[in-house]
Amino acid sequence: MRFSINPEMATQEVQPNETLTNLKAESDTLKTKLEDERAKLHDVELHQVAEKVDGLGQFIMKTRRTLKGHGNKVLCMDWCKDKRRIVSSSQDGKVIVWDAFTTNKEHAVTMPCTWVMACAYAPSGCAVACGGLDNKCSVYPLSLDKNENLAAKKKSVAMHTNYLSACSFTNSDMQILTSSGDGTCALWDVESGQLLQSFHGHAADVLCLDLAPSETGNTFVSGGCDKKANVWDMRSGQCIQSFETHESDINSVRYYPSGDAFASGSDDATCRLYDLRADREVAIYSKESIIFGASSVDFSLSGRLLFGGYNDYTINVWDVLKGTRVSILFGHENRVSTLRLSPDGTAFCSGSWDHTLRLTHWASGS
Amino acid sequence: MERVIVAMQDPDMGVKMRNQRLLITVIPHAMTGNDVIEWLIQKYNITEEEARHLGGLLVQYGYIYPLRDPRSLLLRSDDSPYRFQTPYFWTSSRWPASELDYAIYLAKKNIRKQGELVDYEKENYSILHKRINHTWDFVVMQAREQLRASKQRRKADRIVLECQEQAYWLINKPCPGAFDVLDLGPERCNVLSSRVALIEHSRRALGRNRVKSSICLESFMKYSEQYLHHDPIMSGCLPSNPWISDDTAHWTINTDMVGTPTRLRVERWSFSFMELLNDSMGRREFMIYLEKEFSAENLCFWVACEDLRHGESSKIILKVEEVYKNFLAPGAARWVNIDSKTMERTLEGIKRPHRFIMDDAQMHIYFLMKKDSYPRYLKSELYKNMLAKAIVPQETKKSVFPFMRRQRHSSPSPAMVTQATEDDGKAKGAGPTGTSSTTNSQI
Repeated sequence: MRFSINPEMATQEVQPNETLTNLKAESDTLKTKLEDERAKLHDVELHQVAEKVDGLGQFIMKTRRTLKGHGNKVLCMDWCKDKRRIVSSSQDGKVIVWDAFTTNKEHAVTMPCTWVMACAYAPSGCAVACGGLDNKCSVYPLSLDKNENLAAKKKSVAMHTNYLSACSFTNSDMQILTSSGDGTCALWDVESGQLLQSFHGHAADVLCLDLAPSETGNTFVSGGCDKKANVWDMRSGQCIQSFETHESDINSVRYYPSGDAFASGSDDATCRLYDLRADREVAIYSKESIIFGASSVDFSLSGRLLFGGYNDYTINVWDVLKGTRVSILFGHENRVSTLRLSPDGTAFCSGSWDHTLRLTHWASGS
Repeated sequence: MERVIVAMQDPDMGVKMRNQRLLITVIPHAMTGNDVIEWLIQKYNITEEEARHLGGLLVQYGYIYPLRDPRSLLLRSDDSPYRFQTPYFWTSSRWPASELDYAIYLAKKNIRKQGELVDYEKENYSILHKRINHTWDFVVMQAREQLRASKQRRKADRIVLECQEQAYWLINKPCPGAFDVLDLGPERCNVLSSRVALIEHSRRALGRNRVKSSICLESFMKYSEQYLHHDPIMSGCLPSNPWISDDTAHWTINTDMVGTPTRLRVERWSFSFMELLNDSMGRREFMIYLEKEFSAENLCFWVACEDLRHGESSKIILKVEEVYKNFLAPGAARWVNIDSKTMERTLEGIKRPHRFIMDDAQMHIYFLMKKDSYPRYLKSELYKNMLAKAIVPQETKKSVFPFMRRQRHSSPSPAMVTQATEDDGKAKGAGPTGTSSTTNSQI
């Protein structure tokens, strides 16, 4: 006897746990069907297509700058559009704006909370946003008057019911996208602090997000502790695509430069590439000797290389097309928590629990 | 990590264990640091550096402990003896460690040899003494019992058990200031989901259109190839990478409003319409072209819509009115040619303006420009001239005195730059940039 799936239509005689069992059965069946549909169009593997591409030569990685100044674990960083300034945040509540080129500290703010896990630079370069265990995202306009207390001008924009895990300005200084440990993402108007849209669908903490570089500029991807990576429509709040192949928390997601795919890094020690048009995972970047989770990933400008910061203090660099690891960088003395390429791709910055940020360049060996 | 450890202990394929000498005692089932590293290199096909790093982590997390110099949790790549920690003591199985056990351990050490406790251990001992004073008799009794029992063991076994326990406590109660492997960051909790929503989502997903993998994956090859020369990591950058040479020339010749753009930059405008619009100089050039074609209102409209979409919420109504007045109203100064259905829908929507009300119209105009004006621009004299006069900077020869580091000049903070920079960007050349920067503060 088949019971109605819609719990609202369940009759009195139906036991609650039987309806739940049916729900689970139906959702599992649909999931299998979905996997089958996706598999039908999967006619070739990425590394097969990549056979005709030249392999990458020897690369030498050298750290060019070490930024010291945080008194505790560095948790997050972001680049300014001017290609040389960065903002970083740490466990002790400090948010620092650096000119990474000269290694000078330009601004410093002390947040009223610890574990500032998210920070972002505004596109104009005139403000930074940050948040963490205070469950909020605050925007600080950057003032050049040394006597001015930056904390005084702070604007509280986002409000969640659990920690803030990531934040990002959209195409302007006026809107911020946030993700939180309360399982949701949200879009906010900076000026008024108003919630413009919220995104529900993750079954657990959302740990990361990234905006799509697409023509229509309307989507973003998020990853969470439910092992899912979801693609959202910013206008409607709908989840338009979902991928669940990781075996543990997804710590970081980043779009491929063309916007047609994105990569993810997870506690299951792998990074994966998902294609949005094929609607499936198309590559796994893993090695038996890598047993610690990946905390942060980013692509090189051409998308040929994928950089991953790991919890075993290393940075592994992958050939995106061939699926092989091209290099490994030691240097940090504790977990790498955050990693971003500079806007023009000339270097990448990695932040770590060893209290430092390092700027590294990778050059083809001659 | 446990997967690796189990593999290492495999009787056939694992690390070779034998009796190791520790001073005069012979310890069974031990291995040398070197053995561990060799095995890792073999099994995972990695370099010695990586093997040492990985092995070092195994020791730091307590899965392998040293027999010689047990306080120092390092993997030495020589004949120092090591053993596998018994699963009973694995960090994953026994965490968090109980206070009572720790008290017994410290008491044992204290009784066994006076002065054996190190400073932080002494401190912990007295704190515990205060806290669980009511069970102190039990603690001391247990400690004495365990010591008595261990005296009856063979020396080799005794040493092993002592080292095992020591390693376990070194990890669970580390010396203050030392590395704490148990530090995992803020707790991540779990929230329950709605099965019904999941089902809805799966149903929708089944209906979506998918593209064959072969087509999608080809595009990655093409993209990487197209951008190869623009990727500073793959192909270097001219005249030099600022992070290596300390010379900011690469940035100054690529500023928004520089007089003459670089060749790579102008080439990039031809990769996609988005690339052209994303570059402010490209956008400006395209505008000049459209003005010649008398269709500049399209780009102006698009820009106004972007401003509406990404601007402040408070200005939405005002902006929608402006857009209507300038571009959509009959007889408007810069009337844009949208198809009637979209126009109707948009005009209807304007009655209740919101941020996304112009989306359909904007999309229509965007694709109009992309399909029509953009390809013609790329074939135009305007673009070809731009490409021809674009510069290809000379690669800076590596300096003769590499140890003389160039002065790293600061630049004006974007927070200070409110006006558009002068068009005479070329004059800013390779000299020191930034003038009144207040940025030398050591905060």
